[in-house]
Amino acid sequence: MSDTVHKTSYMLPIGPVHPALHEPIRLDLEVDGEEILDVDVAAGQVHRGIEWIGMNRNNPVQTIYLAERICGICSACHPFAFVLAVEMAAGIEVPVRADYIRTIVAEVERMHSHLLWAGVAGHEIGFESLFFYVWKIREKVMDLTEVLTGNRNSKAMYQIGGVRRDITPDQLPVIRASLNVYKEAFDELKHLFLDDPTIKARCRYSGVLSTEDALKLCAAGPTARASGVPTDVRQDHPYAAYADLGVTAITPDIVTATVVGDTYDRIIVRLLEVKQSIELIEKALEAMPEGPIITEPKIAKLLAVLKKAEGEGVARVEAPRGENIHYVRMIAGEETLRAWKVRAPTYANLQVVPTMLKGQQIADVPIAFASIDPCMSCSNRAVVTNKTDNSVSFIDGEQMHAMSLEKTRRLNAELAGK
Amino acid sequence: MNVLEPKAVIQSFERALDGALLNSHIYEREVGLNKHVYTSLWLDIERDGFRPAIYHTCQLQDRPHFSVISEVDLDDTVDLLYHFSLYTGELRKAIALVLRITLPKTDLSIPTITDIIPGAIFAEREAQEMMGVKVVGIPDDRRLFIPEDFPEGIYPWRRDETGPDKMLKVMPGKQGIQYE
Repeated sequence: MSDTVHKTSYMLPIGPVHPALHEPIRLDLEVDGEEILDVDVAAGQVHRGIEWIGMNRNNPVQTIYLAERICGICSACHPFAFVLAVEMAAGIEVPVRADYIRTIVAEVERMHSHLLWAGVAGHEIGFESLFFYVWKIREKVMDLTEVLTGNRNSKAMYQIGGVRRDITPDQLPVIRASLNVYKEAFDELKHLFLDDPTIKARCRYSGVLSTEDALKLCAAGPTARASGVPTDVRQDHPYAAYADLGVTAITPDIVTATVVGDTYDRIIVRLLEVKQSIELIEKALEAMPEGPIITEPKIAKLLAVLKKAEGEGVARVEAPRGENIHYVRMIAGEETLRAWKVRAPTYANLQVVPTMLKGQQIADVPIAFASIDPCMSCSNRAVVTNKTDNSVSFIDGEQMHAMSLEKTRRLNAELAGK
Repeated sequence: MNVLEPKAVIQSFERALDGALLNSHIYEREVGLNKHVYTSLWLDIERDGFRPAIYHTCQLQDRPHFSVISEVDLDDTVDLLYHFSLYTGELRKAIALVLRITLPKTDLSIPTITDIIPGAIFAEREAQEMMGVKVVGIPDDRRLFIPEDFPEGIYPWRRDETGPDKMLKVMPGKQGIQYE
């Protein structure tokens, strides 16, 4: 024991279920007092073997429903990537109008996801009024989703060879009206998030990820862009209607002229992307051509084509959280897919968590971890093991949240004192 | 950044790999009203040429974006497909690059690439636990998604006797494991 008595670091596991973590996952922190020395990520608590069902039980059309349920929020980007991969493998063409509808639905999803995240970010630092305000205006985009797809969340729009519902002329005024709500609210949102001294104090220089680390660890989406990597699947290899619309990756230097790669920068990127999505939807509505929305509306015929198909396909889409990639392999005569691989953006972004949290304080974990926007769940406890005498104590979720609030209050008092 | 056309990319691989490039295929598809061409590049590479191919990819673009490894059980062989995005950060210039290595089931081993691309560690850990591929030199060989009490020697994505069939409790038309 003599060598461990002098050791001042402790192990602090957070999770598998915790309010700071959007999905069940365990972060093992090695801490010295309040400072985080090292982090280990243990994933897999919600691995449900969805890919196995797609490879062994379902036919490709049934697998679309499965892909839709990989994530509660990303019910557009997973089926989107999946149908693109199957279309590539089976050589199925898609009408241009369907490409535009797919794009519009995906952008509505991005608006929803970013607004949801912005609210959560407010909650994580104890800014509850901001959380309620953002979630109040988030309702509008859920109503818009309902107008477009018939559901508030599970969109069920994507089908191999097209989409399942058209955007009709009577929907256009409703869509434009809800977009205007966000256009009007955007300046206020920007002011609330970017000029607030509390948010600046908590988020500036917290969870920093350098450009070099983001490239090295293959970070994706807003996490990479906030670190100054100008990558966006919609810009790099545009799919569907994005090639016509022209997307430029948003990096934080547009607003602040510098790239820090911290939580504050990630807020900037997501906020600007809400505005970018509004503009893309408007452009797409303007340019959307008339025509059919699906190449083969009869499912039985489509399944017969898919059963005969031989080949493989890979597709990337820019999900709200970053690059989402699906790979499928089809063998002629087999009803199910031979292989289906899904890589959601959080898979890539989890790898940067240790780098981001090292040197931070425990109270920064909720907001810094939430800033990569990992997908979401709820909490009960974390265990603190004291290495010197092997005693075990518990920090529950409320206590950690309280620590985060305490830090905000302390910083506020300091700011007021200045 | 010097951006090459897909054909030139293949030629550069041919020169760099010295015969280890077995096959290549360019997939092109027109998207949108303006008929922009979406390109993906599929290269079949011998195992000996695998590390040189990764080095060469890093020559084409400093720090190329690595996405994931996908694994396919093809009865006698296993295909490992390394998915890259080449020329990211350039408007409409990127190429989806897929490097395929076919391994016989008698020798499922592949060298690690984490020394060149540290962000590949999760994909390599997943390939080990899900497909039973041995990644030689992997810095962290713990399981990633599968729980610690899952039996050794069963790989969920395999379609042979090492697959998870006997672990299944309910599967139409299949005999499940008998629990007491």
